[in-house]
Amino acid sequence: MATIAVHHQGALARNLRTINMVWLRELIRLQRMPSRIISGIAQPLLFLLVLGTGLGSLVDRGTGGLDYRVYLFPGILAMSVITSSLFASVSIVWDREFGFLREMLVAPVSRTALVLGKAVGGGTVAVLQGIVLIVVAPFIGVDLTVGRVFALLGGLLLLAFALTSFGIVLASRMQRMESFQMVMALVMQPMIFLSGAVFPLRDLPGWLSALTKVNPATYGVDLCRRAALENSVPLTYGDWVVPVWLDIMVVLALGSVMLAVAVALFQKTD
Amino acid sequence: MTQPAVEVDGLVRRFGDFTAVDGVSLRVEPGELFGFLGPNGAGKTTTISILCTLLRPSGGTARVAGHDVVAARDAVRANIGLVFQEITLDDYLSAAENLRFHAVMYGLHRAEIDDRMRPLLEMVGLEERADQQVRFFSGGMKRRLEIARGLLHMPSVLFLDEPTIGLDPVTRTHIWDYVDELRGRERTTMFLTTHYMDEAERCDRIAIIDRGRIVAIDTPDALKASVGADTVTLSTADDDRAAAELASMLSVDPERRNGSLVLRVPDGEAFVPRVFDVLSVGVQSVNVRRPSLDDVFIKYTGRDLRDADAGLTEQFTGNAMVRAWRRN
Repeated sequence: MATIAVHHQGALARNLRTINMVWLRELIRLQRMPSRIISGIAQPLLFLLVLGTGLGSLVDRGTGGLDYRVYLFPGILAMSVITSSLFASVSIVWDREFGFLREMLVAPVSRTALVLGKAVGGGTVAVLQGIVLIVVAPFIGVDLTVGRVFALLGGLLLLAFALTSFGIVLASRMQRMESFQMVMALVMQPMIFLSGAVFPLRDLPGWLSALTKVNPATYGVDLCRRAALENSVPLTYGDWVVPVWLDIMVVLALGSVMLAVAVALFQKTD
Repeated sequence: MTQPAVEVDGLVRRFGDFTAVDGVSLRVEPGELFGFLGPNGAGKTTTISILCTLLRPSGGTARVAGHDVVAARDAVRANIGLVFQEITLDDYLSAAENLRFHAVMYGLHRAEIDDRMRPLLEMVGLEERADQQVRFFSGGMKRRLEIARGLLHMPSVLFLDEPTIGLDPVTRTHIWDYVDELRGRERTTMFLTTHYMDEAERCDRIAIIDRGRIVAIDTPDALKASVGADTVTLSTADDDRAAAELASMLSVDPERRNGSLVLRVPDGEAFVPRVFDVLSVGVQSVNVRRPSLDDVFIKYTGRDLRDADAGLTEQFTGNAMVRAWRRN
């Protein structure tokens, strides 16, 4: 059998195809681990239907006259995207434990391509879960127009990109699965509790209100809620209503900074 | 003169106070099968890691396929294939998907990937398994797939770090059959590390490395010839008396080892009849052995390879690469 000559591609084509390949690999792996899909959808559903219904009978203050479940819906969507985006980076820890990371790092591709592929892959998985959850909206009384669905998806996408990048930064220095899970829980829970995903942020004591304002996830949740609901209760600083563009800027800034940090962390050898 | 495939000059790598590689210099010619033989912790993996751009040297220079491993890292990466000590496949991808992923990262054109992949899979006997997920593969199958993957982008040098470690003897033999076949077909330069003597025997040239230094470098035959003597092992009814008689009448100095007398003589087969002539005690067994790489190793390091392995702490058991990655 004759040896076939190989013509190697240029760096740009190689890196772009690598991003695509890393992305595709995340999707293939998701599809082959159905338990991940199920748990990713079941948990937010449980929150929305059980917790939302149960707490709804107690909570009606500060939701702007909305049914608590309707108020909760975009929050839970955002929460599910935050959770699965942050956890998407678990694949880096896995890849390190099972050696595949080495196969990628010794290849003549830029680290940026690898990180971007991971970020886009994790983000896609998170948004796919969000899409499945959107289907539930009519059953709990959320009226979505086509325009609102797209706006909501845009918000989720942005949030997924930012949080996946953040997750990659956290995962890039983690050696073990145990430490990764611990750090994730430590980061994720305050981030979600302080984001306005599950309770309205008005009329909070000063210290708690301050914490919610410095939490970048707050702006992502606000973005999703304003995209999804007609009569939502927007984020405010005192009497000043935070504009949507500021929400977008904060999430975008988080994502860009984290992506840059992630690339820098992966750049180092030795 | 053609450009060497690998050229290393005065390479040093320290980890804190520990010097893992201590002034290694060597040249590997294109097409050569070059072996690095040494006990665990001798610096084999550290050297390979530097050659593969995974670790930076603390001193000295190294060029692979004409490119400097520090200054031209990407050029080196594009020109090498690597089979790691540990499996580095994605278990949830099929064999073909693992190869395709690799091909994309190394910039193979879409149309060429299949042309290149199929014969390689066939060569390592996995063509029937191409679409099966790797987690259902045995250790030997994974290894073979990794070797195919390492060759997929036609590297000028294929590095194999302990390619048969942890495999059973039958699989080891199979892997070697594949390596031989691939060499015949692809003419790739291969640089491997091993601590198995029989694997070192198959190399064109070997470097014996101990405690970070190369103590000998030559063809296996030349190295064995350098030991010179055959080894004659005798057990007798009375070793003390036999030793005295041999010393006085044949002027040799027998060494005691494991309840036997061990003699090093230039021509063992001619020596044995003379032993029978002079000894007055009964001989229970005689064994004549040509020099082996074991003897070569003992000659240059003063230790048995197995003892050298056992004597080292786990801390440095060739895990420089792992540690490097842990920090990454």
